[in-house]
Amino acid sequence: MSEKPEHFIIDGKRLDGRRVDELRSVKIKLSPLDRADGSCYLEWGRNKIMAAVYGPRELHPRHRQDMTKAVVQYRYNMAAFSVNDRIRPGHSRRSIEISKVGRDAFEYVLFTKFFPKTAIDIFIEVLQADAGTRTAGINAASLALADAGIPMRGLISACAVGKVDGEIVLDLMKEEDNFGEADVPVAMTAGGKITHLQMDGHLTRDEFYEALKLAKIGCDKVYKLQRQALIEKYSGEYAENDEDAIPQAQIGDADE
Amino acid sequence: MERTIVIPGDVVSDNIKMSGSGTYVHGNKVRASVYGLLNVGERYISVIPLAGKYIPCASDRVIGIITEVVYSNWVVDINSPYEGLLHISQYPRRIDSENMSKYLKVGDCILTMVASVDASMKVELTLREKELRVLSNGRIVTINPTKMPRVIGRNGSMIRLLKSEIGCNMFVGQNGRIWINGSGDCIDLAIQTVKYIEDNAHTPGLTERVQAFLKAKEKTRHGKVHESRNDEE
Repeated sequence: MSEKPEHFIIDGKRLDGRRVDELRSVKIKLSPLDRADGSCYLEWGRNKIMAAVYGPRELHPRHRQDMTKAVVQYRYNMAAFSVNDRIRPGHSRRSIEISKVGRDAFEYVLFTKFFPKTAIDIFIEVLQADAGTRTAGINAASLALADAGIPMRGLISACAVGKVDGEIVLDLMKEEDNFGEADVPVAMTAGGKITHLQMDGHLTRDEFYEALKLAKIGCDKVYKLQRQALIEKYSGEYAENDEDAIPQAQIGDADE
Repeated sequence: MERTIVIPGDVVSDNIKMSGSGTYVHGNKVRASVYGLLNVGERYISVIPLAGKYIPCASDRVIGIITEVVYSNWVVDINSPYEGLLHISQYPRRIDSENMSKYLKVGDCILTMVASVDASMKVELTLREKELRVLSNGRIVTINPTKMPRVIGRNGSMIRLLKSEIGCNMFVGQNGRIWINGSGDCIDLAIQTVKYIEDNAHTPGLTERVQAFLKAKEKTRHGKVHESRNDEE
């Protein structure tokens, strides 16, 4: 583990050269997996995440079936090689928690009522971790769900905000996460409805509201990237066959 | 036809009466609920999904595979999250429950129809309808059920093209399974063409391009015939 740096922000720049309100670089690849119904590979800074969605499919064991709606199963897992010190494979206190909050983040948006007695399985594999894997996992899962053709109210976008050197910053990297003063992962719909919110560390009330405002800006940026990835998946082929570019649909605005 | 790609949550209309399949109403706006192509009709706006599972619906013709024979019922895989049940009384002839597997055994394929689906998604099938039968020859390919309408085409134009150009017998089930019968070469070509349609299902002008695809295949086929003749000489 690296040493705690003396200053996190020098001349308005962070350790990796970002401004306080800047996200790490994001790369998205849709449908990398043939067998899954929907999948997404996401690179978020140095995080590398694979998300796969199966379903709706028959749920076993049958006593877990819900006669009124689909059961959402969310499994977050870190590969043993995803961090410097090998982590013990399998469930841990942390992965169970992240799976639970991940599942809950999608509860509001998925139309599970359409598929009684089935299961929608979401798998998140963290191949390389560098702080912010739960938010990156939610972003990848959101795209994989859309790719699987599962009906939902809208995409979920997530990013973290935190406090280092007494300043509110967007999207913590590893050092900031380990030695910073607070870490607040947030997930929300395009309309700004929060579906996931946790906090580790301390913030005053004013700082917390400032952090939420910054999180909204970050999630909007993430939403634009997600949207672009989905549109581009098919527009590339469109462009080859047709001269006209496809007109963009109206971007989903605020939920009433 | 050029179509717009929409993602879940996109506003597709301000008129809530226009809400069709693949959309939902929230507040006073119609929004897309699935990732797909926008289809603006006269009375409804719908979104054609680009992926998804087959959800059974009464009177759908589907192709099923027997997975289990239980007391007075056959359990049928219909390429869906829900399994189908074919009751012994729905077999075209009256048969004894003791020798059910004489008529239909595990692994047999049937061209069947969804008779009813209840609220708990119990799917009842029937074979007692015209053109429904046991499939004893031919081959079955499975494509994504959401792409199935493109294989049929508008008023069956695509399927007619395939049947006449390739010269094989085909049946497209609503559940994405396609039964093809004919000579070995015909079936191979038909499967290639169906896969081509599946890969290009979201693009406009598909019928023309399938025609071109078949023409190109025709040429290579004839080319090969000539070659083999030359070899004989």
